[in-house]
Amino acid sequence: MARISASVYSSHVPLIGAAVDKGLTGDDYFKPLFDGYRAGREWAAENTPDVVILVFNDHANAFGLDIVPTFALGMSETFEPADEGWGSRPVPLVVGHPALAAHIAHSVIRADFDLTLVNNIPVDHGCTVPLSVMFDQPDTWPCKVIPLFINVVQYPIPSGRRCLELGKAIRQAVDSFDDDLDVQIWGTGGMSHQLQGQRAGLINQPWDHEFFERMINDPEDLATMEHVEYVREAGSEGIELVMWLVARGAMSDLAGGAAPTEVHRHYHVPASNTAVGQLILEDHS
Amino acid sequence: MGLDKPYLDIPGTIIFDTDQASMGYHLNMFAMSLKDAENRRRFTADENAYLDEWPMTEEQKDAVRDRDFNRILALGGNIYFCAKIGATDGQNYVEIVSSMTENDAHAHKQMMIDGGRSPDGNRYLHEWADGDPAARKEREERG
Ligand SMILES: [Fe+2]
Repeated sequence: MARISASVYSSHVPLIGAAVDKGLTGDDYFKPLFDGYRAGREWAAENTPDVVILVFNDHANAFGLDIVPTFALGMSETFEPADEGWGSRPVPLVVGHPALAAHIAHSVIRADFDLTLVNNIPVDHGCTVPLSVMFDQPDTWPCKVIPLFINVVQYPIPSGRRCLELGKAIRQAVDSFDDDLDVQIWGTGGMSHQLQGQRAGLINQPWDHEFFERMINDPEDLATMEHVEYVREAGSEGIELVMWLVARGAMSDLAGGAAPTEVHRHYHVPASNTAVGQLILEDHS
Repeated sequence: MGLDKPYLDIPGTIIFDTDQASMGYHLNMFAMSLKDAENRRRFTADENAYLDEWPMTEEQKDAVRDRDFNRILALGGNIYFCAKIGATDGQNYVEIVSSMTENDAHAHKQMMIDGGRSPDGNRYLHEWADGDPAARKEREERG
């Protein structure tokens, strides 16, 4: 039987990937950020799963405005790193898990989520930066990855409630997969940041810390937070944090199990224009 | 009855909703085309010719030529699409983002290191009644 053993929450700032790619992680600017990642990397080395379901948003690299799916699941055997305008990142090919993806698609669509199923699609920094954060620079990624794209770019975007419920449906899907697989679910994006307009550069550290607490301890309540509050308090791009609720929804306490254990938390300002957050929760089903 | 858009009451922020997306479809697809190296080369070689391949409004083309990102977003651009224009110019995100604010890239980077822009005084339109940060800074500098 497959099971979701942990959830990981991570910012996916492009500059973090650039720092890894260019060997700058020991520089004054980056050192505090990457020192804080060390414990997460050690945990990841000891708890490498078979598959990561990686929840993120595309940033105008895979989907344009021709097709705007709210939820899209990557079904392919492989996913190429995208050229986002600065050239492609020198990172390994992302290798998928078509059989588990097919099973999740079948189960989650039958649970009333209108997933769009995608093959042959590139993955951008939203997917590859969290992999670099957790696994550094291996020749090949140490696990399979099923990309789950969430639209947080063109409004209306899915509500926190909808994201949390999607996570619950994914957990049920994984639980009913017959192969013995250790699966993690990663929610990425955030934390507070705004990349546009005269208000750009907004950071809200107290709000981010409160978000961590509510994410861990009361996700059902957090899921009722309106989009406008994310934008007003955490910046227009801080809205990416709704994607963390997909990962949280897949923890078994929301299906009657025990509360997950926090094994690591890291927060740093800034990377580029962004407040960086990381959280690891181990599941107990 | 109009649609409910509570996010219109946040200053210095444009939410990319279906109305903006409809206005900015061609503008954004032009910008997205710059993810291909060959298109970046052609755009850099002859900006006007490249822009004329896209059915954008003259206003949108002017905003692109001026690299006026606030204007680009007001005319339907989305930052993730339009950042590729800056990428083609060799700019990083701090340079692109700071160009929309009262600060140059150096001052913006320092502001971020110092903890970023506070949400205080920046949550509601009425809090900017006496001007946006750029206008306030200009007034201060004039004395
Ligand atoms: Fe993002």
